[in-house]
Amino acid sequence: MASTERASPLAAWPARFAAASASATDFTIRELPFTTQINVRGNAADAAFAAATQAVLGHGLPAAANTWAGTAERAALWLGPDEWLVVAPDGMNESIVAALRNSLDGQHAAVTDVSANRTVIEIAGSHARAVLGKGCPLDLHARAFSPPQTAQSLLAKAQILLQCADIRPAFRLYVRISFAPYVAEWLIDAATEFAASRGLDAQRIAARLA
Amino acid sequence: MSGAFRIPGAGHIDRAQPLAFRFNSKSLQGCAGDTLASALLANGVHLVARSFKYHRPRGMFTAGNEEPNAIVQLERGPHTEPNLRATEIELYAGLVAASVNCFPSVDFDLGVLNRLASAILVAGFYNKTFMWPKSFWKKFYEPVLRNASGLGVAPDAPDPDIYDRLHWHCDVLVVGAGPAGLSAALEVARQGLRTVLIDEAPEPGGTLLQRPAQIGGIAGAAWAARAAAELDGLANVLVLRRTSVFGYYDHNYLMALERRTDHLGPGRAPGIARKRLWHFRAARVILATGAHERPIVFGNNDLPGIMLANAACTYATRYGVALGRRGVAFVNNDHGYALALDTQAAAGNLSLIVDARPAADPELARRAAGAGVRALQGHVIARALGGKRVRGVDIRTCAGTNAGRVECDHLLISGGISPAVHLFSQAPGTLRYDARLACFLPDRASQAVEVAGALNARLQLASALADGKAAAARTLAALGRAPAALATSAALTASSAASAGFVPPATVAATAAGTPAPGPVPDELHIEPLWSVQSLLGRKLPGKHFIDLQNDVTESDIRLAAREGFRSVEHAKRYTTTGMATDQGKTSNVTGLAILAEALGKTIPEVGTTTFRPPFTPVTFGALAGRDRGTLSDPVRITPMHAWHAANGAVFEDVGQWKRPWYFPLPGEDMQAAVARETRALRTTAGVMDATTLGKIDIRGADAAEFLNRVYTNAWTKLAVGSCRYGLMCKPDGMMMDDGVTARLAPDRFLMTTTTGNAARVLDWLEEWLQTEWPGLKVYCTSVTEQWSTVAIVGPNSRKILQALAPDMDLSNAAFPFMTFREGEVAGLRARVFRISFSGELSYEVNVPSWHGLALWQAVIDAGKAHGLTPYGTETMHVARAEKGYIIIGQETDATVTPQDLGLAWAVSTQKDFIGKRSFARVDTRRTDRKQLVGLLPRDKSFVAAEGSHLVASPARAVFDPASGSPSIGHITSSYFSPNLGSGFALALIANGRALRGQTVYCVRDAGPQPMTVGDPVFFDPEGKRRDGID
Repeated sequence: MASTERASPLAAWPARFAAASASATDFTIRELPFTTQINVRGNAADAAFAAATQAVLGHGLPAAANTWAGTAERAALWLGPDEWLVVAPDGMNESIVAALRNSLDGQHAAVTDVSANRTVIEIAGSHARAVLGKGCPLDLHARAFSPPQTAQSLLAKAQILLQCADIRPAFRLYVRISFAPYVAEWLIDAATEFAASRGLDAQRIAARLA
Repeated sequence: MSGAFRIPGAGHIDRAQPLAFRFNSKSLQGCAGDTLASALLANGVHLVARSFKYHRPRGMFTAGNEEPNAIVQLERGPHTEPNLRATEIELYAGLVAASVNCFPSVDFDLGVLNRLASAILVAGFYNKTFMWPKSFWKKFYEPVLRNASGLGVAPDAPDPDIYDRLHWHCDVLVVGAGPAGLSAALEVARQGLRTVLIDEAPEPGGTLLQRPAQIGGIAGAAWAARAAAELDGLANVLVLRRTSVFGYYDHNYLMALERRTDHLGPGRAPGIARKRLWHFRAARVILATGAHERPIVFGNNDLPGIMLANAACTYATRYGVALGRRGVAFVNNDHGYALALDTQAAAGNLSLIVDARPAADPELARRAAGAGVRALQGHVIARALGGKRVRGVDIRTCAGTNAGRVECDHLLISGGISPAVHLFSQAPGTLRYDARLACFLPDRASQAVEVAGALNARLQLASALADGKAAAARTLAALGRAPAALATSAALTASSAASAGFVPPATVAATAAGTPAPGPVPDELHIEPLWSVQSLLGRKLPGKHFIDLQNDVTESDIRLAAREGFRSVEHAKRYTTTGMATDQGKTSNVTGLAILAEALGKTIPEVGTTTFRPPFTPVTFGALAGRDRGTLSDPVRITPMHAWHAANGAVFEDVGQWKRPWYFPLPGEDMQAAVARETRALRTTAGVMDATTLGKIDIRGADAAEFLNRVYTNAWTKLAVGSCRYGLMCKPDGMMMDDGVTARLAPDRFLMTTTTGNAARVLDWLEEWLQTEWPGLKVYCTSVTEQWSTVAIVGPNSRKILQALAPDMDLSNAAFPFMTFREGEVAGLRARVFRISFSGELSYEVNVPSWHGLALWQAVIDAGKAHGLTPYGTETMHVARAEKGYIIIGQETDATVTPQDLGLAWAVSTQKDFIGKRSFARVDTRRTDRKQLVGLLPRDKSFVAAEGSHLVASPARAVFDPASGSPSIGHITSSYFSPNLGSGFALALIANGRALRGQTVYCVRDAGPQPMTVGDPVFFDPEGKRRDGID
């Protein structure tokens, strides 16, 4: 029999993440493995759909483009006018899928477990905006990109779903598992200049993105 | 002492910090705050380069980014960088630089022999000379010319530095931190707007540091420092020093290059990116890029010691460097006149001003007299004298009368200004020629941009400051901010700026194109245009009369081009190479086109300017590459099983961005041996492959079956739940787009697979049809490509292996037939098992959530040990599928191939409608001579044709005869050696190929045509008995 233990795409990386986080001043990086992720599609204007999803999630699906609703732990991220990503801690995928399908029974909707499709990399700290800015063309200034905003964009050459999860700031990058090592390597490389011994203009840049 | 020509007490350099450096192997000393150019001049070194074509001695001509002469090779070894301008290199301890374009040395240069041939080295020389005989070009002319051509040497070691990129958004981007840019930046910054101020110099100030100036009772340099300190203290402002904006693109997207560590010297800031490429998106832009001074063309106007007046003033004021002991100035405008007097004020070495105008501004004339400088009005310099340094000048009246010779060791020139319109023009904004000011000025902007300062012909300090404020006011108005409401003091701190809050600008106003400042441009120049002394005097004068110093283009080259019929400025530029050197003609373009206009008998606006394109100044390749190098040059996509593949010796193949195992060689095996072993195992025992990369799309909704009916060529409504079907997708033109197996999970739910490379494209395709053409269909698509890992267990023993892993699953042919799927436990994991085959063998594709992918793979490997299970890669997959005639999208197809061409008419419905169906009624798709898929077996069994090889009908046709047209009747799409067949074999697309079965065609190769027999594309098990197992 196979081992039933799961392996996340960045299972081998905690030591490198820890080293990168330790050498930097106020920058941390880690994987949030096995984050429950459920893709939901349906008609947001349909009251029955809204009620059925609200009943299960405890909060509405965000209607505004590029935002998220809920809490940092349990949220729904806007992906399109009729598409959301429901996220929750590890292990809740089957119960949420079942509850949503049950609640949406008879409606035109799609509930798909995609928890293993992407992993989540979280970066946080005052340099996080500058690290992202090295590869992401969006306006990442706190005035322009803070909770509850999300974006579907590029980081260097990888697609990311970006969630500003906390004003601290903390960002969650939802990354296809095949791209995860590339994105992790890229982030660690981009953060090297924030090592305490370096820095040049790092504090100045961080202050101007806050 | 840092040089004999240092002016005591003058300049913004730090005499307490002497810096030793080497130039052309000579040890010299400068000061902190020097550039390489100023440090050389302080040591009396004017001769720093040899010119590109004639190898004439050259010296510093400017003090900035427009420098055409002082091109040097900086540093050695991996850090070496060619073709840098000495005027921009900040001096650091231990700097090493050398001249380019000279051999063996700048003082004694053999290339000077070109000068003897200068009579024939005219415009178009290369085009005219090296045309014949044709065969000489590659063997003789090119190598010799390459060796003789100049400029620096590229490093031959990998670049040891790191480079960075940063994207940045702002409300207002101010380019240029001279008086106009600084005053504009202060205005907008004090409003709390997100402001960026960029300047290429180490410190803001621009001309405030280059000329004596007073603002509100304090020195210009001190005012600039105070303004910079205020801006630095504001959290809403980013001041970037040592940064050059080089490109102005659509939607106010600007790019700039920041030199972060170059001034420290190579390798002195480990871990810090040496340069940073900035990408800006600005709501509004203020350009305060200043103006370049322009030369006047006269005889031998290229001698070392001849310099633009503003450069002389900069060297004296900013760096405390005198250019010599006895100077002469040659001007035709008040601005240059004033610069000469400012130089005199600092250096005290000017003896004479030669002014082509009848009179100068009376106040300036009084200043000259007071400073003891003689002024000759209505005179010109006809020729400079000297070799490696100017020794004197021949003066004439404007009527041409000889007015004597004056000795000097340096010469200041000012022929007017060329406002730095480059970025404005790139934007693209239109330019207008101002005849009164004899220069091109910004006219109509096409983006949200304002111009200010010398770029706008405001040359006086007070007027530049006011112009900057006015540009800021227009900017604030466009952003919906009342100007001057908050602009009371410099006391606005970082915290209060932040708390002032951000009001998003009104979009329409914010992006409206800027307009030039209202009202006429004042005349602060008082110029009388003078482009060339020869043409003013109407006679040929001795010496060479240079227009483009870097490319050695002379006045006579331009006139020759005009005589030879080059009427367009763009053609004349390319023919003469004016403005095409690394300086991009910053000091020569306008002069060149003015002389062209004169030669053509046209006005300057009629001739017009050439196009300004990015980059404004050269950009290092390393900076453009940024972090995208080495392992980060492109994403490497891997499957969850990758670690096992790598640990077990897989050789990987790049499939798009994926790394897929290509084959798994055992010790001592080459690719051929490994693939032979793997294919044999597949056909006799069992093989296992990682098929995770296939695209997977979850399709659900009441109309899902109808939707598939429309996008696939075959029928889907009657497919039973639990079954799978092979589907073809075509574009509306009827050409093959994708193929794959789709399973019906439930009445309203399907799982579609796509080819690896097409996963994203197919999902976009499905969404496009659903959203734009068939919004009424109740269907949702969700990509699940990476949710699932797929392990393909293939071969006669695959049932036994799977049974060992899934004891509760009934795997009999009756219970689990071909083209069905089952859900259940495999190796203790919840899995979906598809009985499909891409090899013709009994085969199961097991899918589990990707976090279990590696565990499943390991379990299959373990369970297969007793059954001869062999891991195999993409090459064996290709051989096995080709033996069965299964196509691969992109290999057998190329967007010109229909399903019928491939013999897949059985999968094309004649009943229902689908995307592409109408095209099958077109005459072209019904031609009988279309290329059709066939199999080919070589007469020589060891022959494996190259994929892409052309096929001809007879050996004679293998030699191309232009008279009879293309002899090709088709080409090979796939080609391998099959251990099972004991022969090479190929798939091919051949015109009317199915009718050629049994006939011989010839594969074209350099070594001679190879005969191959046309046959059916299915080479192996044509009856398909093996897919149910062979025991």
